[in-house]
Amino acid sequence: MKFIDEFRDPRLAGKLAEKIRKISLRRVNLMEVCGTHTVAVFRHGLKDMLPPGIGLLSGPGCPVCVTSQRDIDSMIKLAGEKRVIIATFGDMMKVPGTFSSLEKEKALGRDIRVVYSPSESLAMARDNPGKKVIFLGIGFETTSPLIASCVLDAERMDFKNYFILSSHKLVPPAMRALMEKGESKIDGFLCPGHVSVTIGSDAYDFISEKYRIPCVVAGFEPLDVLQGIYMLLRQVNRSENRVEIQYTRAVSRKGNEHLRKLMDEVFEKTDVEWRGLGVIKNSGLRLKRKFLRFDARSNFDMKTPGSRENKKCSCGEILKGAKKPFECKLFAKTCKPENPFGPCMVSTEGACATYYKYRA
Amino acid sequence: MCLAIPAKILSIKHNIARVDMGGVERHADIRMLGGARTGDYILVHAGFGIEKVHPEEAKKTLEIIREMGK
Repeated sequence: MKFIDEFRDPRLAGKLAEKIRKISLRRVNLMEVCGTHTVAVFRHGLKDMLPPGIGLLSGPGCPVCVTSQRDIDSMIKLAGEKRVIIATFGDMMKVPGTFSSLEKEKALGRDIRVVYSPSESLAMARDNPGKKVIFLGIGFETTSPLIASCVLDAERMDFKNYFILSSHKLVPPAMRALMEKGESKIDGFLCPGHVSVTIGSDAYDFISEKYRIPCVVAGFEPLDVLQGIYMLLRQVNRSENRVEIQYTRAVSRKGNEHLRKLMDEVFEKTDVEWRGLGVIKNSGLRLKRKFLRFDARSNFDMKTPGSRENKKCSCGEILKGAKKPFECKLFAKTCKPENPFGPCMVSTEGACATYYKYRA
Repeated sequence: MCLAIPAKILSIKHNIARVDMGGVERHADIRMLGGARTGDYILVHAGFGIEKVHPEEAKKTLEIIREMGK
């Protein structure tokens, strides 16, 4: 078993789709919270297998997309500091800030380097003692434990030139905000598989209890997504609102304590601004006082006067499930991956980029 | 961003595992995985192992799906 091909069996996928069609009794809106699920749905052609009664809404689970314009502008501003190296995940490069982008700054000669793993940024700090290395920390509960371990390494090795710009966010508070805003009609949540590796499925109990919405934590292969949708529909039909795990090979009710401990050791919760959702209480992570010497926000000028979102861009509405990408006037006309107006058209798991690529 | 790919551990040295990720060899930091061994499958996210993949659970899931298809 390699845990990939087995979960891509087209015959079984067909059978699952048939089962879904049989129990699809009325119009049901399901939100796939995670951008990686959106990509899986399109990449494997699952959308075409589903009956017309099932509406899939992309949610706020794309870290690049939900990063506030102010944070993006701060990242771009940091790149202009003297003797600085910016280390970033590739998805951030083309995101348009108010006045520029990291990609444009790089073209102007700024030292901006794309990394696959945050540990590469530690190596950069070690190899460039005369420069300050700033890692752009974006990502949810899947990623923040990794960044936490890098901060602990930097402390252990007593690096004086290593900084994190923490723009890390937490998924459950965003789901709560969505329900409180009530702008999108959601009958069930397909919960993010890899965020849940860390936080466990119990983290969604409050959604099912307080808002009476079924939740299923699903994996990312075709059979995972289809089974997840089937489990959600079954709950909807029975008027149930439980939290179930489809992705049991990686996710437990309690999650991974090692990962959470790392997160808790280095970060603390704080109110942060999300694109589309505004400021959400305790929905972000900042470095604890003990680690402030690694905190870019405390050690650099982060003010970005004039920071504003492009008013024509619907990214914020799309992240709430209030609009579909093709309902945006810019989509595929002026806004394209090579000329993006907002982050949803940039990130590989942005809803607009995914809809554009697969022309749904 | 939250992409994590199952990979097989080929060897381990000081918390760094050499892994086979769908035919491509890579390195993964496995400090967060207590007791991961050569031969185990792990989920690799941005160069770090974040969880073991549990084969028994995977089998159960596939059995349920096969049963549904009958």
